Amino acid sequence: MIIRTKNDLEKIREKGLKSLYPGATKISVGMATCGLSTGAGKVYEAIQKEIEKAKVPILLGRTGCIGFCQREPVVDILEPGKPRIFYQGVTSERCGELVQKWLENKVVEDLLFCKMEKEDRILEGSVKDYAVRSVPAGINGTPYYHQVPFYSKQLKIALRNCGFINPDHIEEYVARGGYFSLYRALFEMKPEEIIGEVKRSGLRGRGGAGFPTGNKWDSCRKAKGDQKFILCNADEGDPGAYMDRSILEGDPHSVIEGMIIGAYAIGAQEGFIYVRDEYPLAIQKLKIAIRQAEEAGLLGENILGSGFSLKINLFRGGGAFVCGESTALMASIEGKVGEPRAKHIHTTESGLWDKPSNLNNVETWNNIPVIVSRGADWYSKIGTQGSKGTKVFSIVGKVNNTGLIEVPMGATLREIVYDIGGGVPDGKKFKAVQTGGPSGGCIPESLIDMPVDYDQLTQVGSMMGSGGMIVMDESTCMVDIAKYFMNFLKSESCGKCTSCREGTKRMHEILAEIAEGRGTTDHIDLLKELGWVTAEASLCQLGATAPNPVLSTLRYFRNEYEEHIINKRCPAKVCRALLRYRILSDVCKRCGKCIKVCPAGAITGKAKTKKESGKPFKIDTKKCTRCGMCFEACKFKAIEVE
Amino acid sequence: MEASKIDRIVRQYRAKESAILAILQDIQAEEKYLPKETLESVSQKMRIPMVHVFRIATFYNALSLKPRGRHKIDVCLGTACHVRGGDKILDKMERDLGISVGETTRDKRFTLESVHCVGCCSLGPVAVIDGDVHGRLSQEKVPGLLKDFK
Repeated sequence: MIIRTKNDLEKIREKGLKSLYPGATKISVGMATCGLSTGAGKVYEAIQKEIEKAKVPILLGRTGCIGFCQREPVVDILEPGKPRIFYQGVTSERCGELVQKWLENKVVEDLLFCKMEKEDRILEGSVKDYAVRSVPAGINGTPYYHQVPFYSKQLKIALRNCGFINPDHIEEYVARGGYFSLYRALFEMKPEEIIGEVKRSGLRGRGGAGFPTGNKWDSCRKAKGDQKFILCNADEGDPGAYMDRSILEGDPHSVIEGMIIGAYAIGAQEGFIYVRDEYPLAIQKLKIAIRQAEEAGLLGENILGSGFSLKINLFRGGGAFVCGESTALMASIEGKVGEPRAKHIHTTESGLWDKPSNLNNVETWNNIPVIVSRGADWYSKIGTQGSKGTKVFSIVGKVNNTGLIEVPMGATLREIVYDIGGGVPDGKKFKAVQTGGPSGGCIPESLIDMPVDYDQLTQVGSMMGSGGMIVMDESTCMVDIAKYFMNFLKSESCGKCTSCREGTKRMHEILAEIAEGRGTTDHIDLLKELGWVTAEASLCQLGATAPNPVLSTLRYFRNEYEEHIINKRCPAKVCRALLRYRILSDVCKRCGKCIKVCPAGAITGKAKTKKESGKPFKIDTKKCTRCGMCFEACKFKAIEVE
Repeated sequence: MEASKIDRIVRQYRAKESAILAILQDIQAEEKYLPKETLESVSQKMRIPMVHVFRIATFYNALSLKPRGRHKIDVCLGTACHVRGGDKILDKMERDLGISVGETTRDKRFTLESVHCVGCCSLGPVAVIDGDVHGRLSQEKVPGLLKDFK
């Protein structure tokens, strides 16, 4: 059906509401990449079989990721008049029980995660009440969704639909307020008004640099030229950040709607979404969403009968980190190698094919419909003075609760790591949080009460980046982390600027020397000098920010560098060349497992049998390759690393 | 690759120069790598100098000039996987398969590669085999994981 009037849109909404709340029991399985990689596909099939077997009118649906990736596969059940319940860690073997118990008005208690009686609809500023009349047995002790520590401090604007709609159903997106902002923008607002609203909202680019979005749009609108482009940067290259993937997989229409509104405001007729090659599912979901939007008359000629036209193309990247840089991304779309150029002339004036081009990140586009719907006044009340709204972070690494979270700007690191993340596992000591990907830095424990926003992060020598937060504990070595990032940057540097190409390579060499115990005290000064040259003499931000991982670790963890250099010790027990594996003879049970797993034949001894007591186990340090296999295999913690 | 197939792919993109990356990706999806003769053929059909086609083919990590095995393993070396021991998983695979990263086993069963983040950071360390993500790996789990691929 082609949507021409607001009434048409309302009809689609009605259809979507029936699909979201069908008046029968509906089971939904989270099937984003994180769910699928833990077996959501099998869970879906198993539930389908159980429903067929039981011959009951239960509906089965798919959704994106609800954020708590660690607890995947997540399955939720919604039955009219009952609270929605969420299960975690579901396996295909337990699906029979899951369906059966529900039919008996009971739940599988050990898989229960949380329950929900109301659902926030941030886009419309409304709440969907499930009108609970009866409660299944056994869920009284289960926390409500907003009581779960992981969710209690979150405010979901960007992730508003993830986990709540089927990304393949445009109707479900419309049912939660989708495309009404577009209608409002096209028929009730002038382009300048939209830009004014975005400016007043204080929205800054979510891709990392934090440039004010409204200002960017304004300069692109004012740029001379009949033909203009809008682009979406979905080349999410920062390792450790995956919010864009989750949004594209769980709510692709939110990005498309934002782009159409932006194109109308700027005066662009064609758009591109540049997606990472490593995200096949996101590409698939976007393809479906673009086709649906075209079929509904929301993309293409004469959108909603407004006279405004826009075509959006999907461009698959080639697996090059540097293509996340605006000019490199545009070169890549033009069919050139993805190398950046100097930006004396901004891309808003001369970008893709030398035409005015406006590039924003996935999360930025996704925020636009909310700003149009709720208004700049509402939006700008959230966040800090210089950073408005919310930010999605992927909280990963050495932390108990890993997943995607969304908090108002200004939340402290402590709230993120401890309250939401649940702290560091295995009783280990928290050491640092790495933010900003390879352009960012490591923030030490002493700054844990720092409010997180663009300016604060820059001040402490890191940056927002796309929102990856990798938590590190005492067993993470800072020299190793610096070396890791430099290895990443040296292989991803496009090679155009000598300072970046050679600077990253030399810094990596020096860090490798230090990690292998051949470091000297002069190395620290040399690293600082190299870092300075690389930053100053490189064209694009890849080179300009490349030294950050080294400089920030040197700033806060200089003692760890000195331990490696002077005492030839790696305090975190990571740098292999400095490690010695040893078997504690008084703890060793002579089970022989380590001998079996050692790939180097470095362990000698004889296993204990019923008749013999065996011979003591020893590691020949000359043969040992320090792979850690024995350490992982030993159940008795008889292997010590020093 | 047969000339007609290359023709079909090139024509699908109307031989537009800007589609060169997409064309090479489509060819690779069928061939698993980019044979030299195919690149020459693309260069002629699109009237793009071979040096440019070659430059594109060597610039992007997703493109390969070397033949690949039946199954492709990508071990994730993103930051989150790194701090949870992703490099040890890669080491273990290298040892078990008897090849270094970037190489293919002699029986053409596996090609081992590494990737910087597949966005499954909460399940790290992870590896992707033929497009399927396997999470929460440990060195011990590697043999069992590889066993099912023939």
